[in-house]
Amino acid sequence: MSDALHLALIALLLALAFWTVVARETFAAVAGFVSYGLLLTLAWVALSAVDVALTEAAIGAGLTGALLIGAASRLRKTEAAARTEWPGRATRVLAAIVASAVAAAIAACVLLLPDPAPTLAPEVAQNLASTGVGNPITAVLMSFRAMDTMLEAIVLLFGLIAIWSLASDRYWGGRPGLAPVYEPNGILAYLARVLPPIGIVVGIYILWVGADYPGGKFQGGTVLAAMWLLLMMSGLHDAPAVSRRWVRLVLIGGPAVFILVGVLGVFVANAFLAYPAGFAKPLIIVIEVALLPSLAVTLTLLLIGPPQRSESPP
Amino acid sequence: MNAPTLFGLCAAVLVGLGLYGLIVHPQPLRKVLSFNLIGSGVFLVCAVIARRGAAAGVGGDPVPQALLITAIVVAFAASALAVALMLRQCDETGSNSLSSDPGPAPAKPPADGEA
Repeated sequence: MSDALHLALIALLLALAFWTVVARETFAAVAGFVSYGLLLTLAWVALSAVDVALTEAAIGAGLTGALLIGAASRLRKTEAAARTEWPGRATRVLAAIVASAVAAAIAACVLLLPDPAPTLAPEVAQNLASTGVGNPITAVLMSFRAMDTMLEAIVLLFGLIAIWSLASDRYWGGRPGLAPVYEPNGILAYLARVLPPIGIVVGIYILWVGADYPGGKFQGGTVLAAMWLLLMMSGLHDAPAVSRRWVRLVLIGGPAVFILVGVLGVFVANAFLAYPAGFAKPLIIVIEVALLPSLAVTLTLLLIGPPQRSESPP
Repeated sequence: MNAPTLFGLCAAVLVGLGLYGLIVHPQPLRKVLSFNLIGSGVFLVCAVIARRGAAAGVGGDPVPQALLITAIVVAFAASALAVALMLRQCDETGSNSLSSDPGPAPAKPPADGEA
């Protein structure tokens, strides 16, 4: 991309971010934020971070956007009352001064970054062969910093447990989300019959190709989550009760396999999460394949929230 | 000025905008939106640092880039928890206010709330 394109992209990003902060209606602000997320994807591409761009498009703009749009429409009736609590002029001016000072400090840090920049890229490139994967990002996520990725999968699970804990007592263990409305001839029902077979293949392909090219389990898992959400929104399929044993087994399956492989490393490679020589790639694939369904189900259930209905169908 | 520096300055402004929104907006959902703006600004700084570390045939330092993927996913989980909390509060009290004093502002919402 040329400099003019970069400048145009930055101007648009800043305009949309400004809109997100100043828009009067929360719903309009969320709409601005979703477009902002999609444009941010281009910024990651411009900065040669294609793996991050895929994650941003799928999760940063896609899932977060769906989450915030749903929340904005459900909270719309409280908007007017909340807006009366606007802080006074003095607070706003003070906030503007603090925000500008922080922005100026970060800008100064960006301008004063050390040159030449410190980098771990040569170390990653040197040790890439020992992992057997071709994508350096996957090597960092699954081998050099596998501990971070394992903890992340566990954090997602804890987030889901926290959300489920918000269920009221009578719906504990019930079905999350609102009851679906099934319209057999609606456009959603049509899409939900046509898209999932394609989406499932694309999701698994993104996981598989992640070993050597941009892609991976988070991006692939999000595509699978989107397909499942489409089925639920169209009414072809209802959300499962969260007390179902298969739901819980799928949720903990991925992290459990990750931990098991980690513990195995203590015995065969002398360190937690170390892979024995020559077995790195097969073990990485085992963990990624086990994590894919876990992540897809976790992300879906994070999005639809705590149980709100009893288990039996109405 | 080169492209990474421009994106870095953009990130600084994003953090500033988000911080202002986080302070002044009374609605929790707007605070979550602003917090996400701050987050994306921080991620952008991280991506700029990764881009400046391009070496050994890769377009950016893969270590900060991998951290960014983790960060985006965790930020989504945090937003989902925040949204679930405010929806539950809204279901319970019919209000979506962070104000702790029972002043005139929250007097109106319970009238049409089901709680």
